[in-house]
Amino acid sequence: MEFFVISLLNGISYGLLLFLLSSGLTLIFSMMGVLNFAHASFYMLGAYFAYTIADRIGFWPALVFAPLLVLLVGALVERFGLRTVHKYGHVAELLFTFGLAYLIEEGVKLVWGQAAVPYRIPPVLDGPLFHVFTSAFPKYRAFMMLVSVSMLLGIYLLLTRTRVGLVIQAALTHPQMVEALGHNVQRVFMLVFAGGAALAGLAGVIGGNAFVTAPSMAASVGTIVFVVVVVGGMGSLGGAFVASLLIGLLQTFAVSIDASLSDLFGVFGLHVTSATLLSSIWKLSLSQMAPVLPYLLMVVMLIVRPRGLMGTREG
Amino acid sequence: MKTTMQQSYEPAAAQGRHAHRQLAHYAIWSFTALMMLVLPLCFSSRFAIALLSQMGIAIIFALSYNMLLGQSGMLSFGHAVYSGLGAFIAVHVLNGVGAGKVWLPVSLLPLVGGLGGALFGVLFGYVTTKKAGTTFAMITLGIGEMVYASSLMFPDFFGGEGGISTDRVVGHAVFGITYGPERQVYYLIAAWCLLSMIAMYAWTQTPLGRIANAVRDNPERAEFVGYDTQRVRYLVMILSAFFAGISGGLSVINFEIVSAENVGAVQSGGVLLATFIGGSGFFFGPVIGAVLYVLFAVALSSLTHAWLLYLGLFFVLIVMFVPGGVASLLMKQVPLIAARKLGRMLPSYAAALSAGLILLAALILSVELIYKLQIDSDNGTTMTLAGFGFDAASLKPWAVAAALWLAGALGWRTALPRVHRAWDDVQAEMAETAGGGV
Repeated sequence: MEFFVISLLNGISYGLLLFLLSSGLTLIFSMMGVLNFAHASFYMLGAYFAYTIADRIGFWPALVFAPLLVLLVGALVERFGLRTVHKYGHVAELLFTFGLAYLIEEGVKLVWGQAAVPYRIPPVLDGPLFHVFTSAFPKYRAFMMLVSVSMLLGIYLLLTRTRVGLVIQAALTHPQMVEALGHNVQRVFMLVFAGGAALAGLAGVIGGNAFVTAPSMAASVGTIVFVVVVVGGMGSLGGAFVASLLIGLLQTFAVSIDASLSDLFGVFGLHVTSATLLSSIWKLSLSQMAPVLPYLLMVVMLIVRPRGLMGTREG
Repeated sequence: MKTTMQQSYEPAAAQGRHAHRQLAHYAIWSFTALMMLVLPLCFSSRFAIALLSQMGIAIIFALSYNMLLGQSGMLSFGHAVYSGLGAFIAVHVLNGVGAGKVWLPVSLLPLVGGLGGALFGVLFGYVTTKKAGTTFAMITLGIGEMVYASSLMFPDFFGGEGGISTDRVVGHAVFGITYGPERQVYYLIAAWCLLSMIAMYAWTQTPLGRIANAVRDNPERAEFVGYDTQRVRYLVMILSAFFAGISGGLSVINFEIVSAENVGAVQSGGVLLATFIGGSGFFFGPVIGAVLYVLFAVALSSLTHAWLLYLGLFFVLIVMFVPGGVASLLMKQVPLIAARKLGRMLPSYAAALSAGLILLAALILSVELIYKLQIDSDNGTTMTLAGFGFDAASLKPWAVAAALWLAGALGWRTALPRVHRAWDDVQAEMAETAGGGV
């Protein structure tokens, strides 16, 4: 019970962080048709900016200014990079962001060094929030959940309740019509791209000190975010939300369960020894398999339901 | 329409043209073979031979990748899965040969790698090729990550962190070829490289190769004509995985070690960069790309730690401004050479090139200065670059870098319009003479 509650909470907080990342990716994809490979790089930039700002003036200003800096970077990338490549089609845009991911990673190494930087949780948020029997639930995890949820609520209200949101929603499906009505669709695109980047940056600010801030953090999170987007259904925000939580919970629970298929067979009286055919597969414990599970889920999803959980269009 | 009419009226001339093209083909392939034979004699140092061997392997790998990207329009982010898994199967077979359990001449080991790669192509390709476009790209990325993550789960097959090492000098030596000396390995790689190149070129001329082009350009129409696009993609994927496996088998012989990195994202990304930089629109584009990539990854990486930054920058510039790759730049000059007008372009090219070189020098100086100060400052801040020694912490090198940036940018701003102007003039003249000819 104790294990279950703590894992559940950890899984949800990780899942919400994933959604903060994948929501930006989904918005950018459904609007511009661009699969942003550099999205996780913005996450990394957010963490590094926050580390530098927090070092100088403290964590709270960093929470505000680091995402704003990433917003600026995102806007510049869209204006001077993506817009140039746009005329060559989606593959070129995809490749541009792919190259950009290399550049940002190498740039980060150049500026901050190759090792992980000591980006720490602020002392106010350090320590346990409450105890479930003997296990502690850290304050910072709760703070992460709070930031993610309030940010996502804000985005939801912005998209559905404001004029800007309506224009963005309209530009998602009918860019020509919106342009004909006198809106600057190019600028809306820039706004969405920069906004998505800023969301990723915010995820970096609150995720960087909870996990690790190193040049490899983009690559480790990037593919998981892609899995989320595929499993949830390309371009579906609701799907991305469900898939984020699902994968967050899956990964959190899997690392702490030490059972394997051979244990399951043991229940039925079948015992696996090293002489059994494919014994190394049956003896793998779930915790050993944890890193592969999201990808396995994606492959199964693509076979069973190719458009994802809540996707509306095929391919 | 015009050309077909001309062909029907002038059969003899058309035939002559055909024979001419045939001859050009033979000439190009013989020249390639000759280059492969002669190059290791010209550059006979150990480093050069190693470089050439890696180029041969990279060429096969990049060409097999271009079967997907260039010929069939499939952007894969997990191609190293096939070369890597092919390499793992090959290394186990080679160890079997060494233990006397399997009989196989080492020269045929790449074939084992190829079959291994194709096997996984059959397996994974079934899932990945269900989709085209962006979804395909993401699935391949996921499969690549899955294989990489599972490499640590099965230490028996993947050898865990350290990988699996082997010894290539085993089995029966045919004609006294033991593959002990590196030169023998190079010639084996060269032979397989030439064979694979010819096979892959021939494939582009087969019906499947042509339909793959159709599926790339207009999948809907290809389906209306009656082809199952998914099946075409699947078949191409298997073939491509086969050739990728061959390159994997060759890398086993060359390096005598295979580790999880062989299936990793760095390899997959590398082959994508190589192919696109070279130019995916032309058959020989990936060859150029592979050679450039190996120069970057092997030669440049021994000079500077920031080689990946330079490579990434080069790639982004190519994507932004020369989407056809280096090959398209070269092919644009061919009509000019044919019309004997390349000389007219050379002055403006030279101006642009010198401005570009100044910019490059500025870039290298700035990057190396930052690198020295940020990462390598423990060993002092003095450094040498291109024979000049200076102190990275002093103001002087930074001033030089700034001056170079300024001069390069100004030069580029003036040189680029010159190139455009000269290009437009020459094109107009060529159009005029062509119009006058008819």
